[in-house]
Amino acid sequence: MTVAVVRFGGSNCDRDTVRALDEVGVDADLVWHEDGLPADVDGVVLPGGFSYGDYLRAGAMAARAPIMSEVKAAAEAGTPVLGICNGAQIGSEATLAPGAFTTNESARFQCEHVHCRVENADTPWTAAYEEGEVVELPIAHAEGRFEIGDADLERLETEDRILLRYCDESGAVTAAANPNGSCHAVAGVTGALGDHVAVMMPHPERVSLADIDGVQGQGVLRAFAR
Amino acid sequence: MTDYTATVTVRLKKGVLDPEAETTQRALERLGFDLADLRSADQFEIDLEAADAEGAAERATEMAERLLANPTIHDYDVSVVELDE
Repeated sequence: MTVAVVRFGGSNCDRDTVRALDEVGVDADLVWHEDGLPADVDGVVLPGGFSYGDYLRAGAMAARAPIMSEVKAAAEAGTPVLGICNGAQIGSEATLAPGAFTTNESARFQCEHVHCRVENADTPWTAAYEEGEVVELPIAHAEGRFEIGDADLERLETEDRILLRYCDESGAVTAAANPNGSCHAVAGVTGALGDHVAVMMPHPERVSLADIDGVQGQGVLRAFAR
Repeated sequence: MTDYTATVTVRLKKGVLDPEAETTQRALERLGFDLADLRSADQFEIDLEAADAEGAAERATEMAERLLANPTIHDYDVSVVELDE
């Protein structure tokens, strides 16, 4: 089981992600985007960071890098793909996942811990949690506000493809608990290809080492061991 | 072949929140300006050669579709002018 953590110019959560995956017993390697995706990968992570300096729109440039065609082909073949933060923006820009992540309602970069409610525990990414469970996760983004057209949003809701929603400590989804103004408080969704493709703005890899800030994010990364 | 400049203007769709524009509006109001609303847009000026204006517009449109605009949140328009020698 080897997971490719794809490094673009400006990725900065790539090594953290490899280490966090290692912590949950998943073998992971860094892959420089220009080297292409190794043929035998069992999973792909698009890590956080500021690929291409967020030029044009966060994730826009990396989404059009040649390796993304290989990532899409792998996803179509059933390989699990997870986009975290900038990786989520890349995944959305690459149409692996619906919607767009754009400028926070505050127009500011926000780095804080938030609470997220697990909306659907029947996916590889959330199977370690209970439906309705509240998980405290870190966010660090300026462009994390989830935007999507009404019809697509309704499809996401009816198809139960929302993984995580921002909420307060008790699990209530309120405007005050929505850190960036995301539509329907969406923090993470699964892609159109199936539950094995997901993007999320919170950083599970930052709460996956026992010595640092808890291990509540490990459950997401364990998807690659399932 | 003729030289053209294609201008692609990318705007947020109506109804999509634009926090940067709101911040800019507030800053203008702090400077004492009175305004009803402010919208921001990105504009790209692309110099290119094409057989005719229609061909230039077609290519600029493809650029907007494939990179310059994100169809989830953006509308765009394209205009083309012939470059004078």
